[in-house]
Amino acid sequence: MTRPQLEAVAVGASAGALEALSVVLPALPPDFPLPILVVVHLPPDRKSLMAGLLGDRCRLSVREAEDKEPAEPGTVYLAPPDYHLMVEPDRRLSLSGEEPVLFSRPSIDVLFETAAETYGPGLAGVILSGANSDGARGLRAIMNAGGVGMVQRPDTALAQTMPTSALAACPKALALDLAEIAAALRDMVESR
Amino acid sequence: MPETVEDIEFRLLLEAVLRKYHYDFRGYSIASLRRRLRQARERLGCRTFSQLQDCVLHDSSVFPTLLSYLTVQVSELFRDPAYFRAVREQVVPYLRTYPSLKVWVAGCSTGEEVYSLAILFREEGVEDRTMIYGTDINPEALRKAEAGVYDLDRIPLFTENHRKSGGKSSLSDYYTAAYGGAVFDKSLRRRAVFSDHSLAADEVFAEVQFVSCRNVLIYFDRELQNRAIGLFHDSLSHKGFLGLGARESLRFTEHAESFEEFDREERIYRKRGDR
Ligand SMILES: C[S@@+](CC[C@H](N)C(=O)[O-])C[C@H]1O[C@@H](n2cnc3c(N)ncnc32)[C@H](O)[C@@H]1O
Repeated sequence: MTRPQLEAVAVGASAGALEALSVVLPALPPDFPLPILVVVHLPPDRKSLMAGLLGDRCRLSVREAEDKEPAEPGTVYLAPPDYHLMVEPDRRLSLSGEEPVLFSRPSIDVLFETAAETYGPGLAGVILSGANSDGARGLRAIMNAGGVGMVQRPDTALAQTMPTSALAACPKALALDLAEIAAALRDMVESR
Repeated sequence: MPETVEDIEFRLLLEAVLRKYHYDFRGYSIASLRRRLRQARERLGCRTFSQLQDCVLHDSSVFPTLLSYLTVQVSELFRDPAYFRAVREQVVPYLRTYPSLKVWVAGCSTGEEVYSLAILFREEGVEDRTMIYGTDINPEALRKAEAGVYDLDRIPLFTENHRKSGGKSSLSDYYTAAYGGAVFDKSLRRRAVFSDHSLAADEVFAEVQFVSCRNVLIYFDRELQNRAIGLFHDSLSHKGFLGLGARESLRFTEHAESFEEFDREERIYRKRGDR
């Protein structure tokens, strides 16, 4: 069975995010041909060190998303602290200060649901370590739209609640460890 | 993705709102607007946007509720204190040199940004020569802005923000607690005017030296952002200042060249003299 080409990757993580992302993202080549959109729950302070820390460890360029910028391949876009990150139908990224969802702004569900509407079957959603249930609904939206769902195997996650909730909502999602997630992403773009 | 039935209904709903209520949401960011309209649909007990359209066309009493979903009303006193510190320390020294000063707070919501500036201008000794115009499209928000009453449980955050902005007095000097609310001093409003104005439909109404428009442009698509910034440009006097929200910039707009970056970090721009 052939599946449609991937066009973007959306990633959500919370507690244990830096450790998990520090394994997955550095394993991707600098010419990785898709945009990678990332929501990490962080305190709402203006300045986050996350982009700098990840950027130092990766071969991809890593930065906080700017409102209305087009999502480019080979770039990791982080949701800025205290803003929801969304994907517009024209594939530009947009930010919003509307109410937190499940106490979180940015919210993984909000990114995943809006990205699923834009990319449909061309989206891979990845849920990593975290201590709450954000992302479960969003991953279901991605899979319902025909996209790929991957979840960090709970027994390998620093905080298991997020992967466990995502797997409960999406039993067909692939449960993989971090190295396998990176390998799967590489494979999915190489086979095209 | 191909156009879905819901996409069609979404467009028709916005068209209906424009024709019947004269609010133009067609240039707003779609992802966020669609989410909020789905929430409204659920709250109003409608199954589809077509049903919601039917409901809003035939019963004007539901429109205020719908409008509360169409416009995001999140605000704080001295929200992003570093912005207000930059206004205080870097913009006010220029504004001080004008004998009279007009400031436009576009998309002022429930007034927090206007009160923040009114307090700041008082502390910096330029209050008496300053007029502040607070404008918004949401009448309920404007009513609250006029009243200047905020929940008491927000005061600790407001106080902390005010302090971080370089506040020269105690925030408690500016409000009295009554009936579970903090009532801001009416004298702060002596030089403020609140009025209805849409960045999507209306024209420039005054010449001002400073426009503060924070956390409004992110809800607009690029075309509407261009329109709004064009209004700010036309409204600003020679070398006037434009302050945007913490995550907004002129970078992806057609007016980037008409302004210089004055404080890059705090998203404060200055109109270039040569255009
Ligand atoms: C998130 S609030 C920002 C409040 C305040 N400026 C701040 O930063 O805290 C956005 C405001 O923009 C207003 N708004 C939305 N569309 C507008 C338009 N076309 N013209 C003027 N104001 C608009 C909304 O009603 C809302 O009050």
